[in-house]
Amino acid sequence: MNGAAAMEKTVKLSIRNLYKIFGPDPRRALEQVRAGVDKPELWEKYRHVLGLQDINVDMKNGEITVIMGLSGSGKSTLIRHVNRLIEPTVGEIVLDGENIIEFGEARLRELRRKEMSMVFQHFALLPHKTVLDNAGTARSVRGEDRSSYEKDARGWLERVGLGGQEGQYPHQLSGGMQQRVGIARALTSNAPIMLMDEAFSALDPLIRTDMQDLLLELQTELTKTIVFISHDLDEALKLADHLVILKDGMVVQQGEPQEILLNPNDPYIVDFISDINRARVLRVRSVMDTGLDAAPAVAGTVDADATLESVIALSGGDTALSYAVKRNGTHVGYLDMKKLVRALVPTAAARDGMRNAKRRSPG
Amino acid sequence: MATYDFIFDGLGLREWCDKDATAGPMSMADLLAQGSGKGADGGTDAGGGSSGVSLWELPFPSLDALNKACPAVARTREVTKGVESGFLDIKDSLKVVLDPVTQPLSWFLEGALYAFQTTPWFIMIPLLLAVVYFASKSFKLVGFVAFSIFFLAFIDHYNFAMQTLAIIFVCALLCVLLGVPIGIAMSRSDTLQRMTIPVLDMLQTLPPFVYLIPLIFLFSVTEPKLYGIAIILYAIVPVIRLTDLGIRLVDKEVIEAADAFGMTDRQKLYRVQIPLALPNIMAGVNQTIMMSLAMVVIASLVSAPGLGVLVLRGIRNLELGVGLIAGLGIVLLAVILDRVTKAALARVNAASAVQRNS
Repeated sequence: MNGAAAMEKTVKLSIRNLYKIFGPDPRRALEQVRAGVDKPELWEKYRHVLGLQDINVDMKNGEITVIMGLSGSGKSTLIRHVNRLIEPTVGEIVLDGENIIEFGEARLRELRRKEMSMVFQHFALLPHKTVLDNAGTARSVRGEDRSSYEKDARGWLERVGLGGQEGQYPHQLSGGMQQRVGIARALTSNAPIMLMDEAFSALDPLIRTDMQDLLLELQTELTKTIVFISHDLDEALKLADHLVILKDGMVVQQGEPQEILLNPNDPYIVDFISDINRARVLRVRSVMDTGLDAAPAVAGTVDADATLESVIALSGGDTALSYAVKRNGTHVGYLDMKKLVRALVPTAAARDGMRNAKRRSPG
Repeated sequence: MATYDFIFDGLGLREWCDKDATAGPMSMADLLAQGSGKGADGGTDAGGGSSGVSLWELPFPSLDALNKACPAVARTREVTKGVESGFLDIKDSLKVVLDPVTQPLSWFLEGALYAFQTTPWFIMIPLLLAVVYFASKSFKLVGFVAFSIFFLAFIDHYNFAMQTLAIIFVCALLCVLLGVPIGIAMSRSDTLQRMTIPVLDMLQTLPPFVYLIPLIFLFSVTEPKLYGIAIILYAIVPVIRLTDLGIRLVDKEVIEAADAFGMTDRQKLYRVQIPLALPNIMAGVNQTIMMSLAMVVIASLVSAPGLGVLVLRGIRNLELGVGLIAGLGIVLLAVILDRVTKAALARVNAASAVQRNS
């Protein structure tokens, strides 16, 4: 879940040189794109929509990869390439060393049944089936008997907080509860990869926070490979082990969220992160000193994964203090409060209107 | 002589015109004009006199008007005659194919008529009420149906009503059996949809009587399939349309979910598309049943038994009371069929109500 451990994880799923162009003759338009034509020009001159352009993303086993972007940035298109609900114009999707773009129909179906599950923005439950049957959808599609999946389905429904509601129909549940069914459905399938397409975007803010907590809690025990689509930066920062920021079908920046927050490489991202509460998102590990020769006088100990906000609360706002940083009991560095405050200074700002420019010409 | 002489004279076709005259029989209009002593030209004005006809009265250059100027041109009656003889020419070969294919329809209709009429009333009525209860789960409706049937039976219209019901039962059932698969096929192929829709439009707008004309030539009036086919052609349209529509309206995200979980096309059809389209399909079935009822009355012109026969008798013999009572019976049947299918539809809707919280 953190930087050091991630290094050891293997790449489970990898998207390579992926292009998607919508239009009558995408192959020819692709040549134009490779020759340097950009999205607006491709539309003006050739009447093709550039959906995705040269996407390269590695998703590691057991990590949550969040793909973030505004509407129209191509994030939903991208996630649909992973299970080939949309076919790429060109490119590879490599799962455990195999390019799934080359899979035939039968193998693709097998892949969708066993390797991947998906959670949808508007839940996409079957309205004529009970909650229990919905949760068991993936398994019954594989041809399993009800008896073989019922226990699992009940277990997962219980786990997502829907114990006792198995006999109800989706329309009898609230939005948040319906999405819990959606998650239980994905979990019951036992697939190692979970695709979540704006899974929490249709929910109220409070319920959304609940669901995010639920997902993180489940993830600590399941360690599935999760691809999560979001347009909400707070959500993305909260969930992501690996954050990919998309703009106009291109990856603008990707990496550890803390890293992106501290070193944004694009005005678009600077603009994005200017609104967020940095103290709540940044963690001690991102701003601590690891290579100090002499140990300063410390006022106490903090955890490496603690948020800066919690450290500020701990210090009572006193910038003269320093703290020792520990992870799982071992000492990993020191945190100087002055450095902490410096990290809270917004990156050279974006108030002057990147976003306003964007509003004028939405991407 | 005639208005359009100048065209043929101008083109130098006069000789061809006079040489190859189509000397068909005189039209009734010509004959009448002759009888009243006014001469062919003055009678109908179709040809128009060469003199004294103002531009205001210029006839449209129709076949008949041109024929006046040039007898070699065919008259309109030749067109209708051509259609007729064309149809009669292919009739025999059509019959070779259609007769055996549609023969089961006659058997079904005869069987159903036999079964509905020979089952004693004290079995038939409770059976019908049980079906009504099963479909609607409403005692109020069962009460209404019971009242209606007892009323019809009391005034000795029970047998006619049963004949009508039997025909509707067979025809509506076949409409559903044929229409739902056609609708499903249409929903899957845009090409097929584009090809089918004009046919459906035509079937729906063609006046019901027009169905009967070619069918009378194709099949013997004594065979039940004659009216069976007319009813099915007329009534099958809504169930096809609404099946197609219903399946196309299924939430795209649910279809996507079905794909994402690896459903085969067949699984998708039976587990997702049909169940989610069911409210629309049921609405189509309701319409189909109502349209069969409308057509079964008209079909009494070609020997379909039932309440329609009484209506026809009312018209033919000016038996006001007979016609009105039979009409009332038809209304009662219509209300029963409509309420029962609507109640069933409402139950389907309730079971699969889609409530989007987005």
